[in-house]
Amino acid sequence: MRTGLVAQKMGMTRVFSEDGEHLPVTVLKVDGVHVVAQRTIEKDGYTAVQLGIGAAKTNRMTKALRGHFAKAKVEPRKKLVEFRVAEENLIEVGAELSAEHFLPGQFVDVVGTSIGKGFAGAMKRHNFAGLEASHGVSISHRSHGSTGQCQDPGKVFKGKKMAGHMGDQRTTIQNLRIVSTDADRGLILVRGAVPGSDSGYVLVSDAVKRAAPDGLPTPAALKSGGEVASDADEPAVTAEEAASEAPAENDAPAEASADADKKDA
Amino acid sequence: MDIIQEIEQEQVAKLTEGKDIPEFSPGDTVRVHVKVKEGQRERVQAYEGICIARKNGGINSSFTVRKISFGEGVERVFPLYGPIIDHIELVRHGRVRRAKLYYLRGRRGRSARIAEDTAAVMKAREAAKAEKKAAAANSGAES
Repeated sequence: MRTGLVAQKMGMTRVFSEDGEHLPVTVLKVDGVHVVAQRTIEKDGYTAVQLGIGAAKTNRMTKALRGHFAKAKVEPRKKLVEFRVAEENLIEVGAELSAEHFLPGQFVDVVGTSIGKGFAGAMKRHNFAGLEASHGVSISHRSHGSTGQCQDPGKVFKGKKMAGHMGDQRTTIQNLRIVSTDADRGLILVRGAVPGSDSGYVLVSDAVKRAAPDGLPTPAALKSGGEVASDADEPAVTAEEAASEAPAENDAPAEASADADKKDA
Repeated sequence: MDIIQEIEQEQVAKLTEGKDIPEFSPGDTVRVHVKVKEGQRERVQAYEGICIARKNGGINSSFTVRKISFGEGVERVFPLYGPIIDHIELVRHGRVRRAKLYYLRGRRGRSARIAEDTAAVMKAREAAKAEKKAAAANSGAES
């Protein structure tokens, strides 16, 4: 198991693929993601890396946190997250991760905090049908209706779906495809929507329910400023070459057939 | 600049590269050459009709073309920068006084006609002439 990335959700847009398909994408930004700490079996009983993202003001920070960042020799970060990793995939403290950590076409799981909806009724919260518009229904068109039986059992069962607070919850979306990555600007384009509001932080990690593609940079794709794992470089390059070659091959026959059509006409 | 806008502008630049999208507005008759995939083969199909609406929004720009096909009104919305569009041809300038010509949906035959915008035609012709002249002068200067 390798580490994931913490990223900032920038918003959504659309991308046209080479074959004319339109893809809705979410833009995630991976900027200044450093390893701040390691968790080891000897000390903590499990292995994980702690990543930090987002510039934070030192004067707003507790002394303890300041010490934590000073120890790692990393700029203070707003958000700290942990990713459980296998022991061989631990990354040096201080290393900066790159957006090329994920390969285009790969599937990822994205965790975010969903947008808060406040106190929501049963129709919005649990997709209840509500009551009828007429036939004697008055005032309670959007209510949930009955919540149980009669004197026996004489109570509402626990877990009954009712109105209540909705959203602002940790939410995972599984199996989102990576459309492309941009290491220079630190961008990851993910197909589809991602939980949370724009500028919120999300956790991106390899999909749990899909086989990892070949050539994933392990333990992680690091920025050249830090230490670059030797075997991480090669797969990344081959993947890029494959990506650049594939569309070129697709184009040529399409144009040829289009030309042939014109000649026929 | 906003990173989303940046990405969209790059996309537009990439998609319009080597493409010449004519200036057209609602009321104009356009012929849209659409790429159609049939199994492995890809061919270009023309769709001609009146542009009844345009939506401008960077990469999200689109336009609606309405035509009467076998006695049935057909409307198609095209993404302006979509790679599915081979090219767009401007057939006729129409003179209209609205940005959205949805009123055409309720009309048929004579009442659904749009008068030709002669002023725009003359303007286009003159522009073309001036361009030709400029090109000739340029080539003359070069030689």
